[in-house]
Amino acid sequence: MVLQSSLKNCLQLSCILRTPKAGFRSTTSGGLIIQSISNDVYQNLAVEDWIHDHMNLENRQVLFLWRNSPAVVIGRHQNPWQECNLRLLRQKNIKLARRRSGGGTVYHDLGNINLTFFTTRKKYERMENLKLVVKALKALRPQLDVHVTDRYDILLDRHYKISGTAAKLGRTTAYHHCTLLCNADKFILSSVLKSPYKGLKSNATPSVPASVKNLFEEDPSLTCEMLLDAIAEEYATQHQIGHHITLINPADETVLPGISNKTKELQTWEWVYGKTPKFSVSTCLNMVYKDSVLDVKVDMDVKHGRIEVCKIDLPEQWLPPALCSELVKSLTGSKFCSNETTTLAATLLRVCPQDDELQTRWNLLCENMTMLM
Amino acid sequence: VCIHRVRSCSGIRFIKSKYVCVYDKSALKFSHQQRLFRTSAVSCGQIVQFKLSDIGEGITEVTVKEWYIKEGDSVSQFDSICEVQSDKASVTITSRYDGIIRKLHYNLDEIAYVGKPLVDIEIDASKGVASEEDVVETPPMSHEEHTHQEIKGHKTLATPAVRRLAMENNIKLSEVVGTGKDNRILKEDILNYLAKQTGAILPPSPKAEIIPPLPKSETVPAASKDKARKIPVPVSRPIVFSGKDKTEPLTGFHKAMVKTMSAALKIPHFGYCDEIDLTQLVQLREELKPVAQIRGVKLSFMPFFIKAASLGLLQYPILNASLDESCQNVTYKASHNIGVAMDTEQGLIVPNVKNVQVCSVFEIASELNRLQSLGSAGQLGTNDLTGGTFTLSNIGTIGGTYAKPVILPPEVAIGALGKIQVLPRFNRKGEVFKAQIMNVSWSADHRIIDGATMARFSNLWKSYLENPASMLLDLK
Repeated sequence: MVLQSSLKNCLQLSCILRTPKAGFRSTTSGGLIIQSISNDVYQNLAVEDWIHDHMNLENRQVLFLWRNSPAVVIGRHQNPWQECNLRLLRQKNIKLARRRSGGGTVYHDLGNINLTFFTTRKKYERMENLKLVVKALKALRPQLDVHVTDRYDILLDRHYKISGTAAKLGRTTAYHHCTLLCNADKFILSSVLKSPYKGLKSNATPSVPASVKNLFEEDPSLTCEMLLDAIAEEYATQHQIGHHITLINPADETVLPGISNKTKELQTWEWVYGKTPKFSVSTCLNMVYKDSVLDVKVDMDVKHGRIEVCKIDLPEQWLPPALCSELVKSLTGSKFCSNETTTLAATLLRVCPQDDELQTRWNLLCENMTMLM
Repeated sequence: VCIHRVRSCSGIRFIKSKYVCVYDKSALKFSHQQRLFRTSAVSCGQIVQFKLSDIGEGITEVTVKEWYIKEGDSVSQFDSICEVQSDKASVTITSRYDGIIRKLHYNLDEIAYVGKPLVDIEIDASKGVASEEDVVETPPMSHEEHTHQEIKGHKTLATPAVRRLAMENNIKLSEVVGTGKDNRILKEDILNYLAKQTGAILPPSPKAEIIPPLPKSETVPAASKDKARKIPVPVSRPIVFSGKDKTEPLTGFHKAMVKTMSAALKIPHFGYCDEIDLTQLVQLREELKPVAQIRGVKLSFMPFFIKAASLGLLQYPILNASLDESCQNVTYKASHNIGVAMDTEQGLIVPNVKNVQVCSVFEIASELNRLQSLGSAGQLGTNDLTGGTFTLSNIGTIGGTYAKPVILPPEVAIGALGKIQVLPRFNRKGEVFKAQIMNVSWSADHRIIDGATMARFSNLWKSYLENPASMLLDLK
């Protein structure tokens, strides 16, 4: 049984969420399977937030199925500069999102499926969920060598990671979500998850890199739809509910009141970058200028994504000292962001007496500074 | 800790389930919660050690990742205290009590232990018993209500202040829809409930901390930030505005702008405005737009304005100059790097098109496209943003006719273009025709530029645009 995309189902969901009618209870008690019609990572993360905050999971657990267009998702307590190549992300128009659960950084695209298991806090049990996924995969393709490790990863052929896990626990509810690589772009995955930023020192949760493989590589007949279906079927069986997937629209404020605010919050700079635990950058810029290489020592402390302390050690008189101290003063309190630094620097240059030499040196310094961000 | 997986029975159990978006009072029920918290019998003013409760899965230690409160803050029951992490799981720890935080037992990134004290909270003496159960209910209740509001295990989430308000108004908390976090009942919910009882209509709360599901009477969801209220405010109810001023430090780009604008205003500005008839240019652009489209470039009016300005600067190079700090020397810049003011999320950014004097209108258009897409993606480089010699600001795309632009140092002139309006004008025969009129407002540095020069430059620029064919004669 596959997906039913009629409007009827969306209304049905809104009824399930709102008024408990006796008729629904018998069919939906125990579990509910929903799938997002959106591929926007922020909208889908907002749905998770919404369910976590608003649904009563006492007598009914929820399985949420979702896929995203290209995005990098970092864990709650991670440092995006440490985890990925932000320049490359911007160039390729790949979104950056910070989720509310812990764990490491993952790359999502339409070849990757996401599963979220919602339960009450007491019934939070990750191993069971992952075993369910493995059981579903084996039912679909018995020859697949997949198993769950004690780090809550799912490995293919004992070696390749095909799924990563993270979880969020609140006061009364909890969720465990995991990825599953079906046919993701491994090339982009490895290039965006490599950080070029040097000299970072931080206590943020580091990611543990692993060799990955797509299930598609093992069996080209597999598609994301098949995997979603198989997992939904297994979930339905284990929760003794009908194999019925309800579609939801994460932009629908009437079904999910308050969802657009949650979506907006997840996109703010303050959440994505500002929630980075305090870190420091200590490095030496090697600037090539007119046949010589200048060593410029840079030290910065970054808190809440903003530069708290900034020190730039330039060769004496290479740039007017007044201008340099203006730069440091402006950078202090500014976002640790290449765009912010570039526009700030360009604006500051205007107050200085102009000559081409000065401008070239200034631009060189600023370009090198922005490379750190 | 045993974690029981629920296997739902085949029979129908009479379960009361709690849902958020319930508008029908009769369907509103609260569920039993079988939490096994110890009820702590606390006396007033006492400092209680709030211990880190069990996380599940046999976890004994976690790392403290973020504190949401600091010592001295007051907290309410169920407020978030901190975020801890254990093995890929992020856990939000919420307060069990109302009170004031007196001590944090851990610093960031330290390991915290389950069962050991996390924070010390001083229970507020005046707030009474800070247990989790909803104990006091004055109005008489049916036996059924009693059954489902048993002391043990029942949770009606509300702070003591809210409970008192409900009590004073003889309201059963079980009948109120909670719109706070975890369905906590807030003061607004009591007021809404009261309003429904008396038939009065309350204005939506001006503070939009949480977007609650709205009662049936309101039409637009999440409209609490919407100033245009659709609900009439009753006369008897005083309007309370609880908004607060918000002070933030100026940082980064804005701090730099303060410096630049302060320097700019040291320049003695004079203004000169005029009206340009763009009727012919509008037509020309319509013809050329598809040609540019085929070449993959979006053609606006700006490339024409920019090229015409450059042609004008060839005749009046003083407008493309720079005055040194001591006002001793004027440098005539050879390149026409014409800046285009761009409105982005950050604010006003001015990237410039380099060497317009040797660019064709098409090349300018192409370069503008590049700058615009980089600008909106926040990816403009230092080279694009520096080295400008003359600036045009197309404020007309947002609106307005005349403006008083501020010169961007180290330049000496700037032009602001208003919006193009269709207005009646007289032609040479004395007939009224429909003209496409745009206003331009120039500002120039009066220390080295005089009014006559500015006027002549403007006239030349205007003539090129009013009669685009004449540009062909002088195009380089």
